[in-house]
Amino acid sequence: MTERIIIVGGGTGGTVLANDLADRLGAEIDAGDVEVTLVNDGPDHVYKPVWLYVPFGKRESEDGRRRLRELVDDRVAVRVDRVTDIDTDAGQVRYHEAPEPIDYDYLVLATGSTLAPEEVPGLDAGGHDYYSESGAEALREELLSFTEGHLVLSVVGTPHMCPAAPLEFVFMADDWLRERGLREDVDITYTYPIQRVHGNPHIAEWARPLMDERDIEVETFFNAESVDPDAGTITSMEGTDVDYDLLVAIPPHRGIDLVEEAGLGDDGWVDVDKHTLEAEAAENVYALGDTAATGVPNAGSVAHYQAGVVGQRIASQIRGRPATATYDGKTLCFIETGMDAASFVEFDYERPPSPAPPSEKLHWSKLAYNESYWLTARGLL
Amino acid sequence: MSQTDIEPETTVDARGAACPGPLMDLIGAVRGADSGAVVRLLSDTERSLTDVPEWVAETDNELLATEEGDDHHAFYVEKA
Repeated sequence: MTERIIIVGGGTGGTVLANDLADRLGAEIDAGDVEVTLVNDGPDHVYKPVWLYVPFGKRESEDGRRRLRELVDDRVAVRVDRVTDIDTDAGQVRYHEAPEPIDYDYLVLATGSTLAPEEVPGLDAGGHDYYSESGAEALREELLSFTEGHLVLSVVGTPHMCPAAPLEFVFMADDWLRERGLREDVDITYTYPIQRVHGNPHIAEWARPLMDERDIEVETFFNAESVDPDAGTITSMEGTDVDYDLLVAIPPHRGIDLVEEAGLGDDGWVDVDKHTLEAEAAENVYALGDTAATGVPNAGSVAHYQAGVVGQRIASQIRGRPATATYDGKTLCFIETGMDAASFVEFDYERPPSPAPPSEKLHWSKLAYNESYWLTARGLL
Repeated sequence: MSQTDIEPETTVDARGAACPGPLMDLIGAVRGADSGAVVRLLSDTERSLTDVPEWVAETDNELLATEEGDDHHAFYVEKA
């Protein structure tokens, strides 16, 4: 009997996993004993880190887009469709474009984050973002012609994709405006939900002095409750108002409704064992990347490392061997500190991050990785 | 750990969360909760013992109880 593996979501986690499984189980797939299907709601794979550079005119959105079919091993069936129902008791999913439910032996949810700006009144109309293609492009139109006034970066959603990206944006904006001789005419304010400039104290302690040196104003304990686009004001739950001329916000994030409907977790995040990545509420169901509620950052590196763990576990299960691979919380991030310097952190469940001194080398390493990412998506790096 | 009788509507298990950290996870859950709902945060970070009360004091929410344990702590926050 053919064992069927269905992966839902063709982002970093789903794509790396599909290629990982094609590599590990190639012989079984060729023999017809295993079938791997990757389902995605569109034909393209999107590499989101490109969006950070779009508002500054450094990259184009399409630089982060490639056909899934070109990235994924031919032994994997790529299905462009939506999963509309998951029944973990029956071991079945239902597709939008198919009348009958499909049985699975292993299901992997890698559906990622969606943005929910509507959760904060006025945010959609008053704020910009670089956490979506359309948002990054709209922000570019504003930022390229922004020559004076108050630029406010507000972290609204918690948790959100790429926890370092808000710091990166203000560091880059500061440097970019200085290079263009505009910094004296633009005030920059960074707002953050807690009493530090980053959730992780080690990263916060490293970043705060850099922000002070560069005249980036900071408002902590700021959780946006509403935005008044006409007045140009963002108001926090803690009772603080900040006026802005250009508001760049990290919107609230949600997973997809399907997860909650299937009883796998709240707000679209699957409750998992943080080491095995197995869903707590169902057998033979895994989650990875943003979708897995592990407490580690919603970051591509996390999804990448987790995909290797899930691939090894599923391959072991299919071969009747004990699954021994576990995820240790490994996370790796480059952090831009300007237009030509970056830092780097690496940490896991046990070891806290210790940001490297910013350097031009690390900046180029980040840009080089952004190019070689396509090898990661292909399962080669 | 002294046990409370409080029944939380939501539990946020942030044990092992290094980045962005337990308080960020708690704030996200409180933002999505209904008024009067209790959110329980589980954290194994010592810093949560100061972080959580400091944040709650800045808001109208209330820290109903804190259970300090050997390997992790539990915080019960009622949304205003």
